[in-house]
Amino acid sequence: MKKHFPMNHVIGFLLSIALTLFALFIAFETDFTTNVKLWIIGAFAIFQALVQLIMFMHMTEGKAKVANIINISYSVFLAVVIVAGSIWILTTGHAAH
Amino acid sequence: MKLDEFFVTGDPLILGSQIAIGLTMVGLVVLITYLKKWKWLWNEWFTTVDHKKIGIMYIIAGVLMFFRGGVDGLMMKAQTSRPNMEFLDAQHYDEVFTTHGVVMILFMAMPLLIGIINVVMPLQIGARDVAFPKLNALSFWTFFVGAMLFNISFVIGGSPDAGWTSYFPLAGSEFSPDVGNNYYAIALQIAGVGTLASGINFIVTILKMRAPGMKLMKMPMFSWTTLVTSVLIVAAFPIFTVALALMTLDRIFGAHFFTVAGGGDPMLWLNLFWLWGHPEVYIVVLPAFGMFSEVIATFSRKNLFGYTAMVVSIVAIAFLSMLVWVHHFYTMGNSAAVNSVFSITTMMIAIPTGVKIFNWLFTMRKGRIKFTNAMLWALAFIPNFTIGGVTGVMLAMAAADYQYHNTLFLVAHFHYTLIPGVVFAVFAGLYYWWPKMFGFKLNEKIGKWHFWLFVIGFNLTFMPMFFVGLDGMSRRMYTYSESTGWGPLLGISAVGSLVLAAGFAALVYNIYWSFRYASRDIGGDPWDARTLEWATASPVQEYNFAITPQVTDHDEFWLMKKQGRNTIKKEDVKDIHMPSNSAIPIILSVAMGIVGFFLVFEWVTLAAIFSVLIIGGLIANSFDYDDGYHIPAKKVWETEQKWRGDL
Repeated sequence: MKKHFPMNHVIGFLLSIALTLFALFIAFETDFTTNVKLWIIGAFAIFQALVQLIMFMHMTEGKAKVANIINISYSVFLAVVIVAGSIWILTTGHAAH
Repeated sequence: MKLDEFFVTGDPLILGSQIAIGLTMVGLVVLITYLKKWKWLWNEWFTTVDHKKIGIMYIIAGVLMFFRGGVDGLMMKAQTSRPNMEFLDAQHYDEVFTTHGVVMILFMAMPLLIGIINVVMPLQIGARDVAFPKLNALSFWTFFVGAMLFNISFVIGGSPDAGWTSYFPLAGSEFSPDVGNNYYAIALQIAGVGTLASGINFIVTILKMRAPGMKLMKMPMFSWTTLVTSVLIVAAFPIFTVALALMTLDRIFGAHFFTVAGGGDPMLWLNLFWLWGHPEVYIVVLPAFGMFSEVIATFSRKNLFGYTAMVVSIVAIAFLSMLVWVHHFYTMGNSAAVNSVFSITTMMIAIPTGVKIFNWLFTMRKGRIKFTNAMLWALAFIPNFTIGGVTGVMLAMAAADYQYHNTLFLVAHFHYTLIPGVVFAVFAGLYYWWPKMFGFKLNEKIGKWHFWLFVIGFNLTFMPMFFVGLDGMSRRMYTYSESTGWGPLLGISAVGSLVLAAGFAALVYNIYWSFRYASRDIGGDPWDARTLEWATASPVQEYNFAITPQVTDHDEFWLMKKQGRNTIKKEDVKDIHMPSNSAIPIILSVAMGIVGFFLVFEWVTLAAIFSVLIIGGLIANSFDYDDGYHIPAKKVWETEQKWRGDL
């Protein structure tokens, strides 16, 4: 087995840290309205997810196409259930009015 | 911090436990030193990567935790046995029901199931070990360290007291300033690492290491449920990891994710907790369903009825289990639309579960049923679990739930699902696979005592709780007045818990008796069973299979026996490649335990310093190039001759 320096992992690691710090910076140190902040942070989150998928999860490298499709659709399903579900539940209740 | 704040003082019960724990530890150290067993323990068990030994360690830990959680349960039952009892005060009662819940779910049910999966699943699919043996050892040791960290809480620092659900704002540092809830956040986090790693490990093992010919749809049912449970673990546990991390940030580092005053939302905790917590109950019940499937098929002497329907229904249960979490907090003040949707998804789960119940019944139909102990547990499971299921559908109706919510009715319901669903299954699994693990059967006669005491005790304990619940008694009440009229029913319940405890004692006695006196001459296949794990010796040889079996259909071992294929030839036996033992998992886990302990007491600098141990351990692991060793073919052949005899 060929051993080489895991450049992808290092870049992914640094990008993850940078993106997280960036989000913190936007939230704490800028004067945007809350709405704008949420959009920016949300965009960073999606970018971060892509970094994880490509740099660490080797999404683009797999040979098993069917397995990849099942994995991705299940992940999307989970993400939608968890994120959209939580927003729906927490923003439509009595406490929100 | 002063010493008298560090140790919990002032309660005679706890003082007694402190002395008992101290004496037990000294006693164990002296005994092991006297018997000169330290080296043996370290080489054979603590550093092992063998899935069977890791499984056995999980099971031992699970049984010990069952005892601890059981004692908690008995204490609660003693306290509520009569009106105005003064056995425990409110604070102590709160701590006891919290640790009872956490210990029973995470440190009893999970390790017992993961332990049995570890022993059985690789054998069932004809593999030599799990995919990542060293990671498997790390899973066990992180679980064990997490469990021990959680368990010392009641003598050092004080136990968590906000319930196993630890709802904010009560669990936040404003209302629970003591270290108790830090134990909850940190210990469960450490144990959770191990569970997540197990999930990944089992998925890869099943997808990549099945014996040739074993298509997914020819895989034994227990392995199928393991696969689906593992997928659920990987889906759900990260949510808990995040929730606990946010809790830790809130409690130790002053963040406000769950505090209203700081712009946070306590309901977010409920939401995240149950996003994990609901799938978690299916994580524990699905492997249990798998065990019943194996036991019922073997002792009905038929193949499993409706195999495809079984697979479809476990996948459906797993899918739906991610979509029902709101039913734990209908009364939180959600919109009508939210409650209605989750009401419907919850009731839908009854459909695939019902399919499974009927499949088990049809498997037994016209079978020649053998009433072994394992089978008795499976038989008792069906009616008892159905009571749990039907009351679950009652609770699923959001409007009606306003009446049942947080009453003992709910408590009785989930004990009727988890005890028949998980505990009965673990007992069935232990009686069934015990010979595979240890080379002797558990005694059937003592086992009958265990069975009847436990089942009768279980019903006596939990059936009355449905009625006091409907009568208005809310859960977690530590005392009540005589005028409520609950006294007689709760008294019966307390007596029942003693019968239950006697059942557990019978199991312990059975293990002791069988260990000393049971016959060791049982061969590889004492039950005349159907699946591949029985094609090995009892106890299983360290390399599992001398030759990887070729699979042709369901119940492969049954076919092998029918077609006379259950033999091996000397020329087919090759050298076998095995993984080496490793000390890294236990060292790394203990390091996590030390860091965790400092974090519990909020000694952040110390925790940071000792984190170097964890990072160092991970780096050391990256440079570990040990490629394992080979067992020579000659030795394999000798081992096979010894147990097969007729070669």
